[in-house]
Amino acid sequence: MIKVEHLVKTYGSVKAVDDISFEVNEGENMILLGTSGCGKTTTLKMLNRLIEPDSGNIAIDGKNISEQPPELLRRGIGYVLQNNGLFPHYTVGENIAVLPNLLKWDKAKTQKRVDELIEKLHLTKEYLNAYPSELSGGQQQRIGLARALVTDPPVLLMDEPFGALDNVTRSSIHREFKALDELKRKTIIMVTHDVQEAFELADRIALMDKGKIVQIDAPADLLFNPVNEFVRGFLLEQRLQLELKSIKLTDLWTHLTDTGKKINPSMLSSDIGIWEALENFKFYPRETINIINQHTKEVKSITFDQLMSAFSKHKNLQPHE
Amino acid sequence: MNEQQQTLLQFMSQQADKLGVQTMQHIGLTFISLFIAVLIGLPLGIYITRKKNISGLVLGIAGILQTIPSIALLGFMIPLLGIGAKPAIVALLLYALLPIIRNTYTGITGVDATVKEAAVAMGMSKWQVLFKVELPLAMPVILAGIRTATVINVGVATLASYIAAGGLGEFIFGGISLNNTNMILAGAIPAALLAIIFDFLLSLVQKLNVKKIKGVVKIAPVLLIILSCLYFIPSAYGGKLTAGFTPEFMGRQDGNLGLISKYGLKIHTIVISDAVMYKAAQEKELDVISGYSTDGRLKAYNLLVLDDDKKIFPPYYAAPIVREDALRKFPELEKTLNLLAGTITDSIMTELNYKTDYLHQSPERVAKDFLVSKKLWRAEKNGKEGVVRIGSKIFGEQYILASMYSMLIKGHTNYDVSTKSGLGGTKIVFDAMTNDQIDFYPEYTGTGLLAILQAPAKTVNELQTSKDSTYNYVQREFSKRYQIKWLKPIGFNNAYALMMREKQAKDLNIKTISNLKRYLESK
Ligand SMILES: Nc1ncnc2c1ncn2[C@@H]1O[C@H](COP(=O)(O)OP(=O)(O)O)[C@@H](O)[C@H]1O
Ligand SMILES: [Mg+2]
Repeated sequence: MIKVEHLVKTYGSVKAVDDISFEVNEGENMILLGTSGCGKTTTLKMLNRLIEPDSGNIAIDGKNISEQPPELLRRGIGYVLQNNGLFPHYTVGENIAVLPNLLKWDKAKTQKRVDELIEKLHLTKEYLNAYPSELSGGQQQRIGLARALVTDPPVLLMDEPFGALDNVTRSSIHREFKALDELKRKTIIMVTHDVQEAFELADRIALMDKGKIVQIDAPADLLFNPVNEFVRGFLLEQRLQLELKSIKLTDLWTHLTDTGKKINPSMLSSDIGIWEALENFKFYPRETINIINQHTKEVKSITFDQLMSAFSKHKNLQPHE
Repeated sequence: MNEQQQTLLQFMSQQADKLGVQTMQHIGLTFISLFIAVLIGLPLGIYITRKKNISGLVLGIAGILQTIPSIALLGFMIPLLGIGAKPAIVALLLYALLPIIRNTYTGITGVDATVKEAAVAMGMSKWQVLFKVELPLAMPVILAGIRTATVINVGVATLASYIAAGGLGEFIFGGISLNNTNMILAGAIPAALLAIIFDFLLSLVQKLNVKKIKGVVKIAPVLLIILSCLYFIPSAYGGKLTAGFTPEFMGRQDGNLGLISKYGLKIHTIVISDAVMYKAAQEKELDVISGYSTDGRLKAYNLLVLDDDKKIFPPYYAAPIVREDALRKFPELEKTLNLLAGTITDSIMTELNYKTDYLHQSPERVAKDFLVSKKLWRAEKNGKEGVVRIGSKIFGEQYILASMYSMLIKGHTNYDVSTKSGLGGTKIVFDAMTNDQIDFYPEYTGTGLLAILQAPAKTVNELQTSKDSTYNYVQREFSKRYQIKWLKPIGFNNAYALMMREKQAKDLNIKTISNLKRYLESK
């Protein structure tokens, strides 16, 4: 879907982006992770030509982007910024409808689409006539997302989209983000410096340092098969939490013992991480949770203690690094 | 106080026609120039946000333009654009440019970078970003600039009357030279009100939210054009020749009033300042001007004095007038000032004026050369027995006389001197005197009679038979009313005169004011 080859961008003597190549598959959620100043934003902005590279190639859907008029290119790529970049002089409704109006959609079609997004993002219609400054940070960020999604572009670029939010708002937006059907079919490249966020949302993570990609892999591989000390060191501090997020219940399946007590009818998929399963204990304090294995359709009902001991058994079987 | 207000209102209702015309001219001038300034300043301000390397230069030039004194700027305009509306509008527009360019620039550069980036990233073109994002968000700042420019323009437009562009300045400066407070106020109050009202209205627009501003910004050009048109409604120009008279001449019995009543002269007349009148005559912007018979510029600009065949311009003496308490404080003063009495005849004064006005010698040098030739010049004594304060009006002859008196006092007495030259019109210098800011200045008996004493028409008619009786009358009245003494006349006569370019007068065969009237009425 997106193919980046030997991308270079220098500012004076600073190599902001230093010979980067990677590919992103259709529908994949790729996260560029790294400390501040490592070149994430620069990389991202070259994808919609907000920044022109010194050298290198970028192709989206097989087409070289430098051969397309930038305005047309950008209309096919959603873009979400950290500080939302909403137009303060437009109402929420007008903000979402900017691109449809540029594309001269008819009014009814625009209105329908705006209403649909408002609903999907759990906002009420009464906000449509409010100005962005009257909204909370979390709501503004949702409007920013709605604006980027309004024409249903196949590609979405997000630069620290949740960076300005407090922890509680962020984790609730994370949950919505994962649940939003509109996003499931999109190819997303997201920038963050927050390791937890990357592990929670990414299909693959490109860990960057000083303008280069150090390792590009699935979260669990980054954690359990780091290519070098830098990667290990980068994840060290938050290791336990990351493990809980990257190890899925499926991975523990054999270690989980079924209590057989199905107290309630709710069912969790075994595709979720341990962390999310733990959150279910936290938010719904019950003795057991029910888990269904997506492949075998087998159901297990487990307690908190059983989950934790399964986790440690799984860990003991991992090769020691 | 009550009486004062009464008479101001009376004056205003009496002059309601003129006041209306001047107010409309004033609004018109303000907004034509503002309109053009926006047309130039807005795109220029936008342009320099795109070309940051020239922004300093452009803002610098606009800043320098604004520091040029208004009168000087108007003066520069005459050789380029003549007199009247054109140079006034250009001068006003130059003043209005800086706030408009600067605020457009700061407004647009101040727009949140992430908002601009979001606009670009959504696929807006440069123009769409400008019109949909940058301009609307910069609008409150731009409007603040336009508001500043408007207030500046209302103020500077009062000076437009200096170069015959009309406006409320006609009353203000007329009032100053005619010592007529009501006339000054009749111009100044509406001018101040205009500034306050426009400022207030624009502050309301500025505070509107973005939505409503959009609407206002759309009707603004129409409104500006309508207001601009006010300027052209009253000025139905016409006539074969154009006269330019000073505000003082316009309001005096021995000036335009006499021309109308005694000669029945009907000529298209515009009001203009003394400082630019001669230049405008030379540039053929004006055909007939008012002036003084001893003016050096007569010769300098090749002007011909028309013979006053019906004798409406009586000759008057020039003499120093002194505060009586100053005469007591400085016992040597009267004797010293009288050293000049009778020494300067008409032809000498004209010659001296010619030296400053045409040969561009300094008034000090001309004064010293003259005193040396009359053996009146002595080296300075550096006296320490007090300081005598000399005043003068703002034209050449007064500078020369003030210099002479200064040298005489320094050389012949133990007093020191401080000079306050260039005190605008009669009212300003005379008020300075009655308020004990200066001790003496050279004045003319005609001005004393008509502008300061404002003697009733009957008295004026009686006195005009002789210049000595006028002198005696003002001497008596000044002493009685103001405790100011008229010293001995300096010698030369000062009288108003009508002048034309020598060549034109010859071509049209005009030698007298009656000739002029006949020419105007022919065909
Ligand atoms: N416009 C610019 N001019 C000069 N240096 C820049 C510019 N943009 C980015 N840089 C530099 O390039 C490097 C990478 O920046 P950036 O891509 O913004 O990093 P990140 O998004 O990972 O924090 C940094 O060292 C930054 O200082
Ligand atoms: Mg960044």
